[in-house]
Amino acid sequence: MFSFLIRRLLLVIPTLVGVAVAVFFLIRVMPGDVVVVKLRAEGAAVSEETIEAERKRLGLDKPMIVQFKDYMIGLTRLDLGKSLWTGESVSAEIAQRFPVSFQVAIMATIIAVLIAVPLGTLSALYKDSWIDNTVRVLAVSGLAIPGFWLGMLIILMLLAVFNWLPKIGYVSIFEDPVANLSALIWPALSVGYRYAAVVTRMMRSALLEVMREDYIRTARAKGVFEKLVTRRHALKNAMLPVVTVVGLEFAFLIGGLVVTEQVFNLNGIGKLFVDATTRGDFTLIQGLVLLIAVVFVMVNLLVDVLYGWLDPRVRLN
Amino acid sequence: MAVTASPSFPAEAIPKRRNPVVAFMAAQPLGFVAFLIILMYFVFALGAYWIAPYDPEAVDFSAMLGAPSGEHFFGTDQYGRDVFSRLVYGARTALAVGILSAIAGCTLGAVVGATSGYFGGRLDTFIQRIVDVMLSFPIIVLAMVVVAVLGRNAVFGVDLNLIAAIALPMVPKMARIARSSTLSIAQMPFIDAARAAGYSHPRIILRHILPNIVAPYLIMLTAFIAQAILLEASLSFLGLGVTEPTPAWGLMLTGTSADFYKAAPWMIMFPGLAITLAVFAFNLFGDSLRDWLDPKMKT
Repeated sequence: MFSFLIRRLLLVIPTLVGVAVAVFFLIRVMPGDVVVVKLRAEGAAVSEETIEAERKRLGLDKPMIVQFKDYMIGLTRLDLGKSLWTGESVSAEIAQRFPVSFQVAIMATIIAVLIAVPLGTLSALYKDSWIDNTVRVLAVSGLAIPGFWLGMLIILMLLAVFNWLPKIGYVSIFEDPVANLSALIWPALSVGYRYAAVVTRMMRSALLEVMREDYIRTARAKGVFEKLVTRRHALKNAMLPVVTVVGLEFAFLIGGLVVTEQVFNLNGIGKLFVDATTRGDFTLIQGLVLLIAVVFVMVNLLVDVLYGWLDPRVRLN
Repeated sequence: MAVTASPSFPAEAIPKRRNPVVAFMAAQPLGFVAFLIILMYFVFALGAYWIAPYDPEAVDFSAMLGAPSGEHFFGTDQYGRDVFSRLVYGARTALAVGILSAIAGCTLGAVVGATSGYFGGRLDTFIQRIVDVMLSFPIIVLAMVVVAVLGRNAVFGVDLNLIAAIALPMVPKMARIARSSTLSIAQMPFIDAARAAGYSHPRIILRHILPNIVAPYLIMLTAFIAQAILLEASLSFLGLGVTEPTPAWGLMLTGTSADFYKAAPWMIMFPGLAITLAVFAFNLFGDSLRDWLDPKMKT
């Protein structure tokens, strides 16, 4: 198990280095000049000298290869450079916004798993019944509803039913758990729905596939109770692909957060990314893309470890 | 000499080729419903000029935030613009951007995947590494990076860079599928024959391999159109896609409309329904097409 872990960890490094290099060069191709955009937006006429000085301050006057060297050396110290827009350190900006998004992501995962595993199981066990059909329609619509619209519908519902809206502004869960949860449950539900839809579909098809296996027939033939067959033999084996999907979708939650944070006015990573894109703040975009890559790689690693733990065959290969 | 009548076959004996539309309708009734919904959107998009009762960009301050009525079926927005007319014209934007970007992304993906699978070796490994990296990002993240890198570039009212931004995230998935299909096709004798005949590699890829991956291509294309419509709506919602005053569904839900949750919920309900129904129809149609054309394929 240990050597399996080490091997997987070593494989992560070249991937991350590749992403770091690709992102750096991809973003430098950008035609717009962030300094000009920024300065002209603040005041009217800006002299060439001011622009040059600002460029110098941000280190944009150096040759690209030097910038690249600085960037790669900075990365080894987790220094992602300074935001071109605010001048703050990118790591600090990210660290400040991370907790909100992370909490919403965790809550969405819990919601999704709590909904998807039972529903997917029921749907597979009672295939083609009304339960199955209802679940499938819910799942398919979960894939079609735009995340931001679902968020807006939730707000409309809160207004219509309770005439209440969660307060704007983030309170840490450790300070005031009630205020925190009552604000973050709605965005979590709105990203969690799509997530649940994906996992439900996987749960259903994985369980249906396992139920056709020979060992299920064997278990039934030797007279094992049907409940035990589903619990011990089928569910356990069907969980493998489900774990993968839960992990993958967790890594992809940022895609949903980008729009959902906008709807609920949450100051998280998603909103930071939208702002960075609108302003052409490419050091910040660079840092965020790297963060997303790191999350993806880490989640995959975790899934692999879970897999190795659930299924000994994986460890040995 | 009398012309002898050609031996006549009873009509049933000749295997009649069933009209593919009829065959599809019989085999996939749900898919056919989806097809009808898609057709409806096309009618709206193409006939927007005749169907929409108002000019989608006409501001009318005397009719601001009007509730749905006989005059304005879906109400009016904060500038008094007719929501229904904007939705009808929005179908044009959604379909144009959705279809163009899906075709661009799918085609590029198919060519890249077929090339990668056909040549194999180092090129294949290199391309697959890039595909791996791209697949590790959600599509909206890739699209946003492209938007940031390229900026805007409107040609004839269509933002080419937006299409590129939506097309790019589709490339790796299609490349994966095209590659795996190509690997099995490349083993076939007719590819050996083409090689023996001395055809060039590009010709073999374009004329012999690509025509054989049309089924997965079409299936992915419909699924991608659904994703592209959703992605365009999301980007426009974030202010990174289609810009005012062009009518687009995602744009109708953007920032300002949030001030009118209480005053004008129809401004939020109808555009969202339009997006959901369109995405749903294309997804369902794609699924049915898959079951019908290639039941073994998994996406």
